[in-house]
Amino acid sequence: MNLPVAPPTISQTLAKVGRTALDFFAEAGAATMLLFRILVGIKGLWKDRKLFFEQALRLGFNSLPLVLLVGTFVGAVTAWQGNYQLKGYVPLQYLGSSTLKAIVIELGPVLTGLIIAGRVSASIAAELGTMKVTEQIDALESLGISPIRYLAVPRFYANLLMLPVLVTLADFIAMMGASFVATVLLGMTSAMFWNQIPVFFDVYDVIAGLAKAFVFGAVTALMGCHVGFSTRGGAEGVGLATIRAFVWSCILILMSDYILAMFLF
Amino acid sequence: MIEVQNLYKSFGDKSVLRGTNLTIDKGESLAIIGQSGCGKSVLLKHFIGLLQPDSGDVIIEGENIWNLSQAQLYKIRQKFGIVFQSAALFDSMMVAENISLGLREHSSMSGGEIDKRVKECLAMVNLSGIENLKPAELSGGMKKRVGLARAIAMKPDYVLYDEPTTGLDPISADAINDLIIRLNEQLDVTTVVVTHDMVSVYKVSDRIVMLHDGEIIFSGTPAETRETDNGIVRQFIEGRAEGPITTTSTLTS
Ligand SMILES: Nc1ncnc2c1ncn2[C@@H]1O[C@H](COP(=O)(O)OP(=O)(O)OP(=O)(O)O)[C@@H](O)[C@H]1O
Ligand SMILES: [Mg+2]
Repeated sequence: MNLPVAPPTISQTLAKVGRTALDFFAEAGAATMLLFRILVGIKGLWKDRKLFFEQALRLGFNSLPLVLLVGTFVGAVTAWQGNYQLKGYVPLQYLGSSTLKAIVIELGPVLTGLIIAGRVSASIAAELGTMKVTEQIDALESLGISPIRYLAVPRFYANLLMLPVLVTLADFIAMMGASFVATVLLGMTSAMFWNQIPVFFDVYDVIAGLAKAFVFGAVTALMGCHVGFSTRGGAEGVGLATIRAFVWSCILILMSDYILAMFLF
Repeated sequence: MIEVQNLYKSFGDKSVLRGTNLTIDKGESLAIIGQSGCGKSVLLKHFIGLLQPDSGDVIIEGENIWNLSQAQLYKIRQKFGIVFQSAALFDSMMVAENISLGLREHSSMSGGEIDKRVKECLAMVNLSGIENLKPAELSGGMKKRVGLARAIAMKPDYVLYDEPTTGLDPISADAINDLIIRLNEQLDVTTVVVTHDMVSVYKVSDRIVMLHDGEIIFSGTPAETRETDNGIVRQFIEGRAEGPITTTSTLTS
């Protein structure tokens, strides 16, 4: 039998909204606090360089195949779409530089960031979350070792450093993909594609793109660590943590991309 | 000396510790008994600040641990070894790395000295030769014993054992009991054992306390415990399903 459910009263709804808002601010506060402690923790990074390199390899280097694969296709499709959009309005020799700008400023950093959100942020959350629910974090603490120093700091800085590297490589291979499409499928000569690029090239675009990469590296690692450390409730909790880390990383990447665009351009 | 004063701790609306008082003297071997879920592990975690009480104090060698800086608290924790109920081995590390982590982080010992210490600790828990295995390759009882080896690697002044013998066969369990006694007597380690295993309790402890409904309701020597007429303690040590615990406990209701 289905009992009729009374619609929530206004005060109940408001209370729920209020609680959600409070939870949100508490989470944001905790994440900010963690960021602060990680930033202070940079002074121990040299001593822990072994951990740092391990993570740089695991988080950065191992992401390379996926990043390069996505980069190639993004470049190819950007050139193809660019051709479609320019055709009839703008001479095709501008295809190279318009593709480069789109990739360096926006597509390279954002798409690489989103890949890293899925691959790195979620994996950090799963790893630290498992350590949390199996008392390994407590065990570290009991040995007088700070989990922030030992776990969060190396992951954060490794990701921060590797993301600009990955983005640069993604940009590079994307341009290769674009030039492949331009020369093989669109019938341009290689010179036509590349010659205009130096004319319109602006170092500022590259710096802006890498600045974005830094920020995305920071938010993806931070979200992975924060969500991991606050995991509760066994395997189910760890599963939820990976989703939360991924979703929040994506939201923060897209939001910070917008905010950075307002400042940078 | 560990002093716990008027400790309160709740999780959500579930109150676990309700004014717990306990003093553990240096060199003592104390057993904490109590029903499953009564908060023994929670109490143990308060001793070294892994959990923060809602109110009340934890004082280690005269220092209130929640008045210390993080660096000072970490320093104090190095005097403790803790054997977790779930073993809590670092599953990304080999057995040897698990045991040596504290030494590598905090001591100035050379690699060779550390290896030697790891071997010693493994020998003490009867697990020589498994240095290069990963925790996932060990049985539950082996994990427990590696956890114990990790806890004693830094030669702590205090060792806290959370159910060190559960899940072990009787022979290994008795070897662990002997080890607990040996560390306590020969190295003057202050020992706190949380356990349900009454054989182990009587064997290793010189004082037994019982945690019930968030408070320490009994304290006595093994002999006094055997003869007590406290109904709650009697029911527990005799292992009866019927009795004052099951009718008065508010935690299980
Ligand atoms: N981190 C936590 N969050 C929420 N509740 C917790 C947490 N840790 C412990 N509890 C609750 O506190 C109570 C006491 O748990 P504790 O692990 O201390 O029991 P215990 O006496 O060690 O039991 P056992 O003998 O089975 O190990 C339990 O009801 C448990 O649900
Ligand atoms: Mg327990």
